Amino acid sequence: MTVAELSQDLVWAAATALTVALVAFAIDLARLAGRRDEDRAIAPTAGRSAAPAAERTEALVAAGPASGGATTSTAAGGVDAGAAGSADGPAPVSRKAANIGISLTWLGTALLLAAIVTRGVAAGRTPWANMYEFTLVGSFVALAVFLVVSLRRDVRFLGSFVTGLAVLFLVVAQNAFFVAATGVQPALQNYWLVIHVGVAILATGVFTVAFVTSVLQLLRDSRDGGSAVLGARGWRWLDTTPRPVQLEALSFRLNAVAFVLWTFTIIGGAIWAEDAWGRYWGWDPKEVWSFVVWIVYAAYLHARTTRGWSGRRAAYFVLVGYACVLFNFTGVNLLFTGKHSYSGLEPGD
Amino acid sequence: MRDETTDEKAPGTDAPRYRPEGIDDAFAEGGAGAEGGGPRAASGSSASSRPAAPALGLVGTLRWTWRQLTSMRVALMLLMLLAVAAVPGSVLPQRPQDPAAVLRYLQDNPTAGEWLDRLGFFDVYASVWFSAIYLLLFVSLVGCILPRTRAHLQALRSRPPRTPRRFDRFPAQGNAVTDATPDEVAAAAQAHLRGRLRWLPTFRVETGTEAAAPAAGRRAARPAARTVAAERGYVRESGNLLFHLSLLGLLVAVALGQLLHYRGQAIVTEDRGFANAVVDYDTFENGAWFRPSSLVPFSMTLDRFEAEFATDAVAFAQSRDFTAFVTVRDPDGATHEETIKVNHPLLAGGAKIYLQGNGYAPEVTVRDAEGEVAFSGRVPFLPEDTMYTSQGVIKVPDVSPGLDQIGLVGSFLPTAELSADGTTASSVYPQPINPLLVLEVYRGDLGLDEGLPQNVYRLDTEDLEASVDADGERVKLLVAPGETVDLPDGLGTLTFESVPRYVALDLRHDPSLTWVLVSALGALGGLAVSLFTPRRRVWVRAWREHVPPTRPVRGPTAVGRASGPSSPSPGSPAATTRASRARWTRFSPRSRA
Repeated sequence: MTVAELSQDLVWAAATALTVALVAFAIDLARLAGRRDEDRAIAPTAGRSAAPAAERTEALVAAGPASGGATTSTAAGGVDAGAAGSADGPAPVSRKAANIGISLTWLGTALLLAAIVTRGVAAGRTPWANMYEFTLVGSFVALAVFLVVSLRRDVRFLGSFVTGLAVLFLVVAQNAFFVAATGVQPALQNYWLVIHVGVAILATGVFTVAFVTSVLQLLRDSRDGGSAVLGARGWRWLDTTPRPVQLEALSFRLNAVAFVLWTFTIIGGAIWAEDAWGRYWGWDPKEVWSFVVWIVYAAYLHARTTRGWSGRRAAYFVLVGYACVLFNFTGVNLLFTGKHSYSGLEPGD
Repeated sequence: MRDETTDEKAPGTDAPRYRPEGIDDAFAEGGAGAEGGGPRAASGSSASSRPAAPALGLVGTLRWTWRQLTSMRVALMLLMLLAVAAVPGSVLPQRPQDPAAVLRYLQDNPTAGEWLDRLGFFDVYASVWFSAIYLLLFVSLVGCILPRTRAHLQALRSRPPRTPRRFDRFPAQGNAVTDATPDEVAAAAQAHLRGRLRWLPTFRVETGTEAAAPAAGRRAARPAARTVAAERGYVRESGNLLFHLSLLGLLVAVALGQLLHYRGQAIVTEDRGFANAVVDYDTFENGAWFRPSSLVPFSMTLDRFEAEFATDAVAFAQSRDFTAFVTVRDPDGATHEETIKVNHPLLAGGAKIYLQGNGYAPEVTVRDAEGEVAFSGRVPFLPEDTMYTSQGVIKVPDVSPGLDQIGLVGSFLPTAELSADGTTASSVYPQPINPLLVLEVYRGDLGLDEGLPQNVYRLDTEDLEASVDADGERVKLLVAPGETVDLPDGLGTLTFESVPRYVALDLRHDPSLTWVLVSALGALGGLAVSLFTPRRRVWVRAWREHVPPTRPVRGPTAVGRASGPSSPSPGSPAATTRASRARWTRFSPRSRA
C-alpha cells in the first residue's frame, strides 16, 4: 500500500468512526428527550425552572473575596447553565452515549488528521491545494472547533450535527472531488498557500459549527414559539438544547471569530494575488463570492445590533452566509472558470 | 453615561435628541432595566414615525433623509443589495476580465445580450448601479461614524457609571463577609481591577463614598459605604471606528490607485528586449492622472526562459516551474541580471514586472514567388492546452508588387506525434522535443492596408482563397525547424528557422498599494479589537455590619457566602464587629458593533 492509498483508507476509517459517533450523539439526544417527557409528567415546570436555578448557583459560587470574585467568574448564563439545566432534573440522565460520541469524534478527528498528514507526505507539499484536500482539512477544522469548544463548555448537543456534516463532506470528497496526490503548478508555489488557504479552511470550519448552532437556534425558537410542525413529538429533542438566547450567543462568538479569519483570508489572498497575478483584486469569480460572503456576514453583525433584526432575523443571515460559503467552495470551483480553478477536476465533471 | 440618559428626551419637549445609532447602553441609572429597550425603542419609533407628519419642511425632509440614510436598517439593506449586485459579475462574462467571452455571449444571445450590455451587466463593478450602492453605503458609513466618533471621544474621557443603588437586576452578583474594613475592600478591589500594569489598566476604576441614609418611605435604611465603580472595554468602540475609517481609507486608496496606475503588456522573445516606453508595449492602459513622463526609461532583455513540467503519470505535463532570466539596463546604464518567476515579480523602475504567460514564437522566413524575402521574423503562437498546442497566424503582406499577399494559419506542436495515417498531428508534451508547424495557406488581400487595426492572432479568411490539393482538400504544410518547404500554387517558399520561446510580461505600477495594504490591515485590526474586546462593568459596595455570631469565621481573610432572599437579615447583635460586608456585581453592556 502506498502512502497515498493509506491516506484514502484513513479518510474512510475517520468517516466510519464519525458515523458511529453520529449515532451515539443521536441516541443521547433521544434519551434526553425521553427523559424530559418523564420529568414533565412528574413536575410540569421542572425543566424550565432548572436553568435559572443553575445560573444563580454559579453566581454565588463565584463570590469569594469581593474584589477577586468579580473578575474570576465567567459570564453567568453561558451555554453551561442551560445544558446543565437538563441534567439538574430530579435524577441525572446518563450521558454515556454522548460521551461515547465525544470519544469517537476524537478518534475520527485523529484519523482524519493522520489522513491529511499522509496525504501531505504523498504529495510532498502542504496538503490543502485542491478541492479534495480543502474538504478534508475543512471537515477536520469543524470537528476540531467542536472538540475544543466541548473542552470548555457542554456542547454535546451539537455533536450529531457536526459529525453528520463532517461525514457528509468526507463522503462527497471521496466520491466527487478526489484527485490523486501530486505537486502543484507554479502559481501555487508560495508560502501564501499555507497561510491564505489555511486560514480560509479555518474560517470555513468555524462557519460550519456556527451555522449548525444558528440552525438549532431557529428550530428551538420556533418550537418554543409554538410552531405546529416543530411542536411534534419527533422534535422534542430540541428541548434538550440550550435556550435560543444562549445558542445565539454561541453562534455569534463563532461567527465573529470566523469573520475575522475570513477578512484575513481576503486580505492575504489580495497580497498573494498582487504577487502571482499582478493585481490585488480583479473580480475573479472566487473573489466575487468571497466578497459576497464577507458582505453577508458583515450584514449579520450589523443586523444583530439593529433593533427588530436581532435574534431570529439575524440568524437567517447566518444561513444565507453559510449557503454563500458553500457555493463559493463548490459552485464557483465547478461551474465557473476563473483564476482560482485549482479543484484539479475538469469543469463539468 | 447619565448624560446620555438625559440626552434621550430634553425636558419639556418630546423631540428626542440625536444619538448615534449603534451605541447602546443597557445600563442607565433608574432606566428601564437591563434590557434597555424602553427609551431606545421610544426614540427609534418616534424617529421613524415622524416622517408621516406633513409639516416637515425642506430642512426637516433633508434631515429625515440623512437620518434614514445613516440608519442601521438602511445600511443593512444596502449591504445586502451590494452582495446581490456583486453576483451577476461572477455569472456573466466581464469585459475587464475576458472581453472575448463577452463578444461570444453577445453573439449567442443578441437580444438579451444587448439589453444586458446597456444595463452595464458586462462590467458590473464599474456600472452605475453597483457604484451607486457602494457609494451610498459609504455615505451611510460616514454619517454613522462621525457622530459616533464624537460620542466616543467623550466616552473616552468619561468616568465609569456611578454605582447603582440596587444590584438585584444584574445577572451576575455576589457578596462576601470579610475582616477587612470597607476602605481596605475598596482599595483591594481597585488594585485588582486595575491590574498589574500601571500604564495599561485593565479597568478604569473610580472609588466613592456613600453617606448613611435613614429609612424613608419604602426605602430601607442604608449604612455608610465605600463604592468601587469600574469599567473596561473602551477600545471596543475605538476598534469599531478604526475598522470603519479603514474601510473609508481603503476606498480612497483604491480610487487613487485607479487614477494613478499604469499597466503595460509586452511579448518578448528570447534574446530580444523592450524599453519602458508607452510605444514599446503591445497594450498599455493608464489612469486619468498618469503622465507618460513618469515612466522610468529602463530597458530589459530576455536572455532565456526555462520551463519545467511534471513527468509522473499522475500529473503528466502539468507545469512545475517557469523562470525568465533577464538583464535589466537601468537609465544610468548599469546592467544587472535578474529572474522573474510566477509569484516573484521583478521590481524595476518603480514598477513590478510579472511573468504572466509563455509560449513559442517560431522564427520563419517567407520568400515570395520571385524569391524575395517577403517576411522574416518571430511569430508568437498562443498555447491552447496543457501540451502547448499553439495557434498562430503568419501574415505576409509585403510581397513583390503584383503578387497576392499570403496568409498562413495553423498550429505549432512542441512535441508532434503524427496519427497513423499521417494526416493529423497533435502535441504530446509541452517541451520542444519534436517541434512541428502545421500550416494552411491563403492568398489574396489581407486587408492590412485599410488602416483598420487587426488582431495579430486571427486571419480574416473571408476574402482570401485557400490553397487546395488535387482532391479539393486544404493543403497542410508540415515544417520542422531548419526545413524549407515550397508553398502551394507556386506562392514561394517558407523556412522554419528556429523555435525561440517568448514570455508575456505584465508591467504594473500602482503608487497606492502601500495605502491599500495599510487600510486593509487597519480594518482587520480594528475588526478584531471591536469583536474580541470584552466590555465589562463592575461595581462593589462595602459597608460595616454586625455579623451573627453563629457564622464561623475562618482565618483572617474572608468567608464567601451566598446572598439571595434567604440570607439572614443584618442587624442582629453580633460578636464580631470588625466585619465588612461587600457586595459586588458585574455587567456586560450589550455592545453594538
